[in-house]
Amino acid sequence: MNFNSLYEKPVLFALAAVVVISIGTLVTTFIPLFLPSTQPANPLFKPYTAVETEGRDIYIREGCNNCHTQTVRPLRTEVARYGDYSRAEESAWDRPFLWGSRRTGPDLARVGGKYPDAWHYRHTPDPTSMFPASNMPGYTWLANTKLDTSLTARKVAVLGSGYDGPEVARQLADFRQTVTAPAYPSALVRSQVTPAPLQGEITELDAVVAYLQKLGRDLKASQASAAGPAAAEAAESKNPYAGKPAAEEEGKEIFEQNCRSCHGDHGAGGFGPKLATTRHKYGGTDADLFASIAGGRPGGMPAFLPPLGKDRIWKAVAYIRHLEREGR
Amino acid sequence: MTNGERSDSIVRGFALSSVFWLVVGLVVGLWLAAEMIFPALNLAPWLAFGRLRVVHTNGLVYGFTIAGIFAGGYYLLEKLTRTRLAFPGLAKAQLWLFNAAIALAALSLFAGMSTSREYAELEWPLDIVVAVLWVMFAVNVMGTLVKRREKQMYVSLWFLVACVVTVAVVYILNNLAIPVSLTKSYSAYAGVNDANVQWWFGHNAVASVFTFPILAMFYYFLPKSTGLPIYSHRLSIIAFWSLVFGYLWTGAHHLMLTPVPEWIQTVALAFSLFLIAPSWASVINGFYTMNGNWDKMRSNYLVKFFILGITFYGLQTIQGPTQAIRALSGHLHYTEYIPGHVHMGTMGWVTMVISASMYFMMERISGREIHSVKLANVHFWLILVGQLLFTVSLWIAGIVQGAMWKATNPDGSLMYTFLDSVAAMYPYWAVRFAGGLLYFAGILVFAYNLYMTSRSTPGTKWSAASAAGSRAACVPSGEPG
Repeated sequence: MNFNSLYEKPVLFALAAVVVISIGTLVTTFIPLFLPSTQPANPLFKPYTAVETEGRDIYIREGCNNCHTQTVRPLRTEVARYGDYSRAEESAWDRPFLWGSRRTGPDLARVGGKYPDAWHYRHTPDPTSMFPASNMPGYTWLANTKLDTSLTARKVAVLGSGYDGPEVARQLADFRQTVTAPAYPSALVRSQVTPAPLQGEITELDAVVAYLQKLGRDLKASQASAAGPAAAEAAESKNPYAGKPAAEEEGKEIFEQNCRSCHGDHGAGGFGPKLATTRHKYGGTDADLFASIAGGRPGGMPAFLPPLGKDRIWKAVAYIRHLEREGR
Repeated sequence: MTNGERSDSIVRGFALSSVFWLVVGLVVGLWLAAEMIFPALNLAPWLAFGRLRVVHTNGLVYGFTIAGIFAGGYYLLEKLTRTRLAFPGLAKAQLWLFNAAIALAALSLFAGMSTSREYAELEWPLDIVVAVLWVMFAVNVMGTLVKRREKQMYVSLWFLVACVVTVAVVYILNNLAIPVSLTKSYSAYAGVNDANVQWWFGHNAVASVFTFPILAMFYYFLPKSTGLPIYSHRLSIIAFWSLVFGYLWTGAHHLMLTPVPEWIQTVALAFSLFLIAPSWASVINGFYTMNGNWDKMRSNYLVKFFILGITFYGLQTIQGPTQAIRALSGHLHYTEYIPGHVHMGTMGWVTMVISASMYFMMERISGREIHSVKLANVHFWLILVGQLLFTVSLWIAGIVQGAMWKATNPDGSLMYTFLDSVAAMYPYWAVRFAGGLLYFAGILVFAYNLYMTSRSTPGTKWSAASAAGSRAACVPSGEPG
């Protein structure tokens, strides 16, 4: 066979090229479409609610995926920084996937439940007010825009989320009830960032916050908290740094980098409770404070044992004690 | 052929369109680079980084590069077949539709109508327009090839055909979606499969837009502008088929250490390393073509563009495969190293080759010599230095960033918060902006010089004798013993 004739037959050549590019495509892309490993189903991982679906679409519209990834790699430091590594079944409902390719900002795969809603209501429109070194844009227009729900029922149907139009309407009404109620835990901050005419409506910001709070929560719910037992195990009842000024000074720095954005200057309080006090919700012994910081608490206190380690948590506890003595 | 039988006005139209979108895309890019340092520049929703970044990538991939491919592709197609385009009217319509589509695409992305899939962000109605445009291009390429008056198809035509079929296959399959409304759709694939299909596309868009057609131009315009035959025809054959075969296996190297099945990642890693060979075959072909004639780097203003271009292609095709190695991916992926890598390819390889090809074409289309060789040299040095500042600063930034994310204390806890790593980036981002500015200045010189050349003025007649080796044959020769 004379292969040289191939270079004299353009149509045959084009067909040959199609065949050659199809081989790798078939093996690495087409066949995997039908393998169980690429579409693991697990009832623990639930489709997005109506509001979360809308919030996700705003996330897509604003191109958040250009700066934030949503996949934690199975690397020790990555798991320590963000939480457990990502599983295939977590993305089962994701059309499109939003794993991203770049981290100008941190990964968000585990951000759900990490902070209270109020944190996001403050942070999303004005990140630099909380973190001066941040270069995230202020997404000011989200709170000023009423959420468009005219397509929600269609979206849910196309996505195959498994519920119908009346259920969509019910979910939206329930959600609106929740975030506009005076008893909503983040009501104060929400009212500060939402213009008066929209206070009683669902805004785009409400939807984005709902979506962010969903990320990684199904996985967390499906596992016993890994930090809990670890924290209990790590907790010695006595603080090795108690009353040591040098350690308190270091604790101050640790506090300012990791705690101040929620607990305020000198622990005066903010999204998180006041710390310069002797009344602590989960008990006020050194061991109690350690357990709160290391293992986290429901309602938005993250677990700090993986990123900070025992040593720095004890120093932070020493600093909190120092604040109490100062009586601020 | 005489001038009247060539599609000069179409080539000129695409070349000038290409440079126009290049300038627009770079203005957007500079704004983005400044936003990284001064977030206050995110003045309005349509100027916010998340939307603007997509305008930048699409404007330059589709506006600049594809228009450059249409210009260079049609030019070398007519030359190498010694035949007029099969459907000149269709190509004319394609020129107008193309520019309308890019303008619409930019507006839709500014408005936030995005699918979020990297390099395929356009929503479904525009995807259909892109597909129509591509069919118009394919019909002309294949039609002209069928009508051709030159028996053998030269290597540039192979790469052009590979570009035509690969773009068609990957673009259409990746963009399959279920519409919700005119401006909103959901991907046909979900989760892991969506990621796998998207990066099979994303990587092969690099193959079929930034590699095959640019190589087509390199293999045609380098011998034409030097008068030297390409070093080895046999090497071209091996390079072509192994490149086209290997590329399609490697998409998952963008997905190392994600939930994509491990075997797909490993296959992608293996083929990424394999791809060094066919990539470097073209590098060797370029370098050895110059053997004994390196003085042309000085005497012929076009040669240094091609040689530096293929040098950056060589660096790019070493760097890319190494990034697939899990240990390096674990350190470098998601950091600034990756934009650094991409920009060496686009600002180094792609821009260098397209620049020189356009100068060459414009001289012949306008029937005059280039407006100013001196300005072309200024253009060369500005884009070279600008690109190096840009990419090297981002590589260092990425290595620093990866190291900060991984740094631990003796007890295993993390040494730095994420914000520490952001704060450490500002000096590098400043250098990157400066590099971008230099590069942009070079492109403005290029645009001016090309535009002045395109205006045919009497008294500066171009003659075959003045351009060294304009009659260089493109027939394969010079086989090594």
